[in-house]
Amino acid sequence: MSNFIIPSVIVLTVIYGALKKVDLFEAFTDGAKEGIGSLISIAPSLIGLVTAVSMLEASGFFDVLTQLLQPVCTKAGIPAEVLPLGLMRPVTGSGSFALLDSIMRRYGADSVIGKTASVMAGSTETTFYAITVYFGSVGIKNTRYTIPAALTADILGMFFAVFSVRLFG
Amino acid sequence: MIGCVWLLMVIVAFICALCTGNMEKLSESALDGADRAVELVISMGGVMCLWTGIMKIADRGGITKAVSKLLSPLLSRIMPDYDTDSPAMKAVGANITANMLGLGNAATPFGLAAMREMQKQNSSPSFPNKSMIMFVVINTASLQLIPTTVAALRQAAGSTAPYEVLPHIWVTSVLTLVSGIVLAKIFERVRAV
Repeated sequence: MSNFIIPSVIVLTVIYGALKKVDLFEAFTDGAKEGIGSLISIAPSLIGLVTAVSMLEASGFFDVLTQLLQPVCTKAGIPAEVLPLGLMRPVTGSGSFALLDSIMRRYGADSVIGKTASVMAGSTETTFYAITVYFGSVGIKNTRYTIPAALTADILGMFFAVFSVRLFG
Repeated sequence: MIGCVWLLMVIVAFICALCTGNMEKLSESALDGADRAVELVISMGGVMCLWTGIMKIADRGGITKAVSKLLSPLLSRIMPDYDTDSPAMKAVGANITANMLGLGNAATPFGLAAMREMQKQNSSPSFPNKSMIMFVVINTASLQLIPTTVAALRQAAGSTAPYEVLPHIWVTSVLTLVSGIVLAKIFERVRAV
């Protein structure tokens, strides 16, 4: 299925652009240039956080944590290896991408753990960042029930991610 | 906040390495980590720029406006404090659509404009109204047609099928988004603050 999605999206978009008389190649290169801009802007935080994750990995912390979490996680039906990612995801985007990279290299990108981690990282946003930026921009400090609602959804999302991999393989 | 997390990570790593006697590995890993980050940026670069380029074509063709028009009746139902045609709801629609297309650079300015417009008609400006909370909760969930960063990371980590998790991510994001909306509605009633 995924073999069809990617080419279809590309072809349909280009045809749509042509029908709407978009200057196709100029639009493409402008967009790609923006992509380079965002890459450069995430690079510094990625360097900091990949280093920190890599240090945690080498220190043996993840092995200890995974062993400690195993009993609880088994009961909840979540692989203990992905739980640190669930904790990291709402707090920092670069941090969770660093962690996702480390998880996929340890257990394999196409393993159940690697896939579950990918779904977890891709299906939610950096909750605290969004809350801070949006309410901060209009000077609101009291966010009422925003955090409980958003975080509960994130926790549920973790379970959905696990089940989606179980369901679709 | 990220500063605290970072500090904690580095300290925990150091203490853990002390206890497990992995200090030599820790020293290597710090330098390897920095290398790996640059490697990642470079190997993710092509794929990410490909998608921002493709989505820019869609955007120039007017898809952002078309999709946000399609979404507007739905959005007005969950954010009833503002009229469908108000500048606030237009910005909300544009923000959500841009996020769906992965146009992050465009989405944030629309989002900030939406908050500004919503705040104008907010009767008690130091507290967000229901619709503002709903909007932010929707923004903490993610609904993206092509989750580019994850796909690019999977490719960089040696996946043979980096896009295989696409359907999983779609289903999971929709379920998470719906949960967020329902939860916000429940909290709105329970805590009539």
